[in-house]
Amino acid sequence: MIKKFLTLFFVLFISLFLLLFYGCKKAESGRISQGIEKVKLTDEMPKGNLEIYSWWAGDEGPALESLISLYKSKYPDVTVINATVTGGSGVNAKAVLKTRMLGGDVPDSFQVHAGQELIGTWVAAERMLDLTPLYQSEKWMDVFPKDLIKLLGTKDGIWSVPVNIHRSNVMWYIPDNLKKWNIEVPKTIDNFFKAAEALKAKNIIPLALGENWTVNHLWESVALGVLGADKYDKLWRGELSWTGSDVVKVWETFGKVLSYTNKDSASLSWQQATDLVVNGKAAFNIMGDWASGYMSTTLKLKPGVDYNWAPSFGNSGVFMFLADSFGYPKGAKNPAAIIEWLKICGSKEGQDAFNPLKGSISSRKDSELSKYNDYAKSASKDFQSNRIVGSLTHGVVANEGFMNDFSTVMELFLKSMDPIKAANACQAIAIQNGMAK
Amino acid sequence: MKIKKDYIISIVVILPSVILLGIFVYGFILNTVFVSLTDWGKGAGLKINPVINFVGFANYSDLFTSIIWQRFRQDMVNAVFYWLFILSGSLILGFFLAVLLDRYPRGESFFRTLFLYPFALSFIVTGTIWRWLFAPNGGFNVLPTLIKLPRIEFLWMSSRTSILNFNWQDIPLIITVFISLILFFVILRLIILKKNEIKLIIYSILFIIFFISFFIELFFAPPMINLKEMHGFNLASIGIIIAAVWQYSGYTMALYLAGLRGLPVSLYEAAKIDGASDMKFYLKIAIPNLWPITLSAIIIISHISLKIFALIFAMAGTDNAGTSHPSVLMYLTTFRANNFAFGASIAVLLLILSSLFTIPYLIYLYKQRTK
Repeated sequence: MIKKFLTLFFVLFISLFLLLFYGCKKAESGRISQGIEKVKLTDEMPKGNLEIYSWWAGDEGPALESLISLYKSKYPDVTVINATVTGGSGVNAKAVLKTRMLGGDVPDSFQVHAGQELIGTWVAAERMLDLTPLYQSEKWMDVFPKDLIKLLGTKDGIWSVPVNIHRSNVMWYIPDNLKKWNIEVPKTIDNFFKAAEALKAKNIIPLALGENWTVNHLWESVALGVLGADKYDKLWRGELSWTGSDVVKVWETFGKVLSYTNKDSASLSWQQATDLVVNGKAAFNIMGDWASGYMSTTLKLKPGVDYNWAPSFGNSGVFMFLADSFGYPKGAKNPAAIIEWLKICGSKEGQDAFNPLKGSISSRKDSELSKYNDYAKSASKDFQSNRIVGSLTHGVVANEGFMNDFSTVMELFLKSMDPIKAANACQAIAIQNGMAK
Repeated sequence: MKIKKDYIISIVVILPSVILLGIFVYGFILNTVFVSLTDWGKGAGLKINPVINFVGFANYSDLFTSIIWQRFRQDMVNAVFYWLFILSGSLILGFFLAVLLDRYPRGESFFRTLFLYPFALSFIVTGTIWRWLFAPNGGFNVLPTLIKLPRIEFLWMSSRTSILNFNWQDIPLIITVFISLILFFVILRLIILKKNEIKLIIYSILFIIFFISFFIELFFAPPMINLKEMHGFNLASIGIIIAAVWQYSGYTMALYLAGLRGLPVSLYEAAKIDGASDMKFYLKIAIPNLWPITLSAIIIISHISLKIFALIFAMAGTDNAGTSHPSVLMYLTTFRANNFAFGASIAVLLLILSSLFTIPYLIYLYKQRTK
């Protein structure tokens, strides 16, 4: 009797919570609209809270602070909540953001790498607002380079406002050290191997490397160097086979480059890898130009004098870019404040306050170059004259599924050092993530 | 009438926890199982209403055979090694410490607290401390230089060397051989003891089946995956194992110490009078008597070895494949790659793994109680 009662009871209760589930789903889909929706501009004076979600803490914190204080001086009625989750390249922040978005706790605006990382995840999920009206009213269509806008948008709209441009394929070094060691900056991959042999003989690490994502970062420079810009672009458009001899050669060369890096790389952060170069234990480091911000702002070194830079070996004349951007997620609570925030992100004033501290350059064509240090001036010049390609590790050319699986392939390669296996695995993940047939 | 009233009250009292457990534990388990059998929107998994296609067990078969999921297989191998070493490490060290304290040395209560203290820390704290200790250019590696010895060059967290390598392809073969061997010895025992002929026949039939399937697998079965795929014990995970054993040996010590103190003194005295050494007393008398404690320690530590995510996250990060665990991969697959279906499949496999430990334990407890 008791057992029967209990069984009945459980059956009832299971059907009850299934209903509950169904109800929750319905409720959520009612709150956030589906499909493409354009942003609505308002003239309302912003007030209330504005939560800005990013991974800019620590060394990159001051740059974000400058943007926020500019906002506060314009709109003192708004309380800005600076929500940061640390972790280079946003590894932790992105995961936390997903749980927040799925849980309905949508931040007012969040940092996201422009390009496929935003499009493949949030635009495909129909959770962003189309910012085209904002672009038109602020006349951004003319001030941002056309190639950039193309990468920020899809055929349905433009999805975020870029605050900066970073360069991924930069090789950093200390000129005095190179002079001491009698080494010239290598322009081609073969030159690098020659220089690396000489450095190894002197017991100096030729190329400083950090934790896992910096290995992927190095890979994209090597891939660009081996393939050249045209084939590199084709690779991401799915027009160049991952199993072809070109890509196998990339993996072979990459394996050789890795043999010239420090053995303890997996336990170093990117800053610690840069430190190796700064304190003379290593000769070169390939890292994005946030390393310039780190060296000039945190370590107080003088660009062009205390440290210097060149495009990664084999990358001359090509600018591999990535951009941080802010978007407007559906379901955010304070429209007027968000729109003003996005306006500041895209404004000349905002970008010229933010970028000199961040070590990046403005994504606008009309930025005030006098405010920038020597590195940024040279980067801006390159940005306007060079061939532009997108970065893999920082979300421009591939969606998050591919990026994550690529890290796995990289681990397999680091363990097996087998170029053909790695190329085959890449083909498989490209198919799985809808980037090749 | 009285019974009925009690009955209703008891139902009302347990109702809230049953409902909460039902929704937040069993409801979500069912939901996860459902998600694992679908493709959950593929790339656009974060949509409010993702396009869901039912794919059956395709995700599971991909996990075990597809070239993309090599890391999953290595992680499963890692999980087995983590379990093996953390369990045996904490049990042996814990028992050893308990024996030492059982002799009432000077400062017994101080050492008891000292050994138990790590258990009170969270995995994140332990992980952070041990990450510093295992940093390649500091901590343990430079310790020998204090006494003028050469420094250690071992890369604790980032070593890519692995030992005990085997081909993933051979796993069914290994399992078949293993089961056949066990059956063989069971049959031998039955023959020697000359009892229970029905059992003997059943076991013999089973043995023949496994023996034949061994040859089928060896010569006729198609390969599970088309490439040779080596997996083994990654030396990088030694650091994690040490940290986990450090944290949990104090806990097993406390369990064993309570057990040892609970043994009647007369048992010890009787053993002494019969001329048993202390060593013999602990090995032959204490350990068998403490079997229930060992069993619950096994269950708890086994569980902890499956929940080691936080320790790995703090010590080595998620991208370090050498120290990875299926739970880490589950996190990456779900929250970084937006691949909810595969993430759910891995989660379900982890659940099955952990129920391998709990369900037999619950049955054992239930039987004891009904006795």
